[in-house]
Amino acid sequence: MTARPNSRVRDRLIAVGALTAMWMLLWGVFSWATFLSGLIVCAVVIAAFPLPPVTFAGRPRPVNLVRFTVKFFTDLVQASAHLAWTAFRFRYEAHSAVIAVRLTVRSDLNLTLCGEAVSLIPGSLIVDTDRDAGVLYIHVFDVNDRQAVEQYRREVHALEARIVRAIGSDAELKQITNEKGQP
Amino acid sequence: MNLSDVVNVLAAACLLSGAFLSLAAGLGLLRFPDLLSRMHAATKPQVLGLLLILTGTALRLGTVVDITTLILVGAFQLATAPVAAHMVGRAAYRTVQFRRDLLITDELAAQSPPGQTADSRRPEQS
Amino acid sequence: MTVVAFAVAVLLAAAFGMALIRVVYGPSTLDRIVANDVLLAITVGAIATEAAYTRDATGLPILLGLALLGPVASIAVGRFAAPARPIPGSAPHEDERPESQPSDRGGQP
Repeated sequence: MTARPNSRVRDRLIAVGALTAMWMLLWGVFSWATFLSGLIVCAVVIAAFPLPPVTFAGRPRPVNLVRFTVKFFTDLVQASAHLAWTAFRFRYEAHSAVIAVRLTVRSDLNLTLCGEAVSLIPGSLIVDTDRDAGVLYIHVFDVNDRQAVEQYRREVHALEARIVRAIGSDAELKQITNEKGQP
Repeated sequence: MNLSDVVNVLAAACLLSGAFLSLAAGLGLLRFPDLLSRMHAATKPQVLGLLLILTGTALRLGTVVDITTLILVGAFQLATAPVAAHMVGRAAYRTVQFRRDLLITDELAAQSPPGQTADSRRPEQS
Repeated sequence: MTVVAFAVAVLLAAAFGMALIRVVYGPSTLDRIVANDVLLAITVGAIATEAAYTRDATGLPILLGLALLGPVASIAVGRFAAPARPIPGSAPHEDERPESQPSDRGGQP
């Protein structure tokens, strides 16, 4: 990974900020006292237990973040309702498929976020990943023909595009739009 | 019909739908044909069902301290559930504990190098 | 609210029973672990519902612990139940592949 001191400091600051937010949520009190104590505790934790760096190269775009969240929750409700309906349909044997989806952006963070989002939505499950090639192997429940499989593959690509638009860097965004330009 | 009634009705709706999703998951767990399908059924109460029940509880309790705790519970659950599901799913695939005849396509088996196809991979029933 | 709490309790108990049947019948360790996860999720739901019904937040810290530590069991079992397999494309490790997996086929006939 890039060991530029600037990006390292930025990564650590983001980590401290996130941990402090969690600390304040745990206390349930939003005051300067919890903020400062949280800052100290989290700085000590980050300094004492260093983790392998996760480079967050992008920047959050609030509007796209909201768009991603709304779409994620509608997908969640839709998929849960579909799955519940399948569970109540007797004498129906659902078919499934294991498909490989090659992600456009190959960073570790993008692979992780896409994997999390895909497996949080019921009806799809990560069976295996290929980190070097950026491929997710997804088990999809209740698909009945090749057409549905291709449809699902497009949905995963759309999900990845939404994630990159929400928090990706400009370079990653360009990659996504280029991919879309040449079908 | 004042505000607290509305909140109570909303909370009740959330709790009931969350419980209903759990029931559907239990049913799916019983009658889906193979392990990987059952895992899909298991994701439901862990994600949407739990979020609904937590929302209902947050509406009923309505104090900041409790709501922050509930938000953290939801966040932890959303962060950890996929990890567990992935580990179990990976183990299920590698030990071939699923019905191949139910699969329309298996692009992971095609990826494996020769001699490592799914059928020659360690059969689990020996 | 009493009627709602009763209905939720019945639904959750039914779901709990069905998941328990899956735990008992298996047939494999992984089936049981998946069902166990569902049992845990239902338990979290039940504790949260109890807090909502009584408007008493005593049980909420338990939920934090359950949500954080619950998946550890599945991760551990999933980790040990999967045989090592060379990653596609890399050099095969035929000699390293475990040919006999003594203890992780629990429940298989």
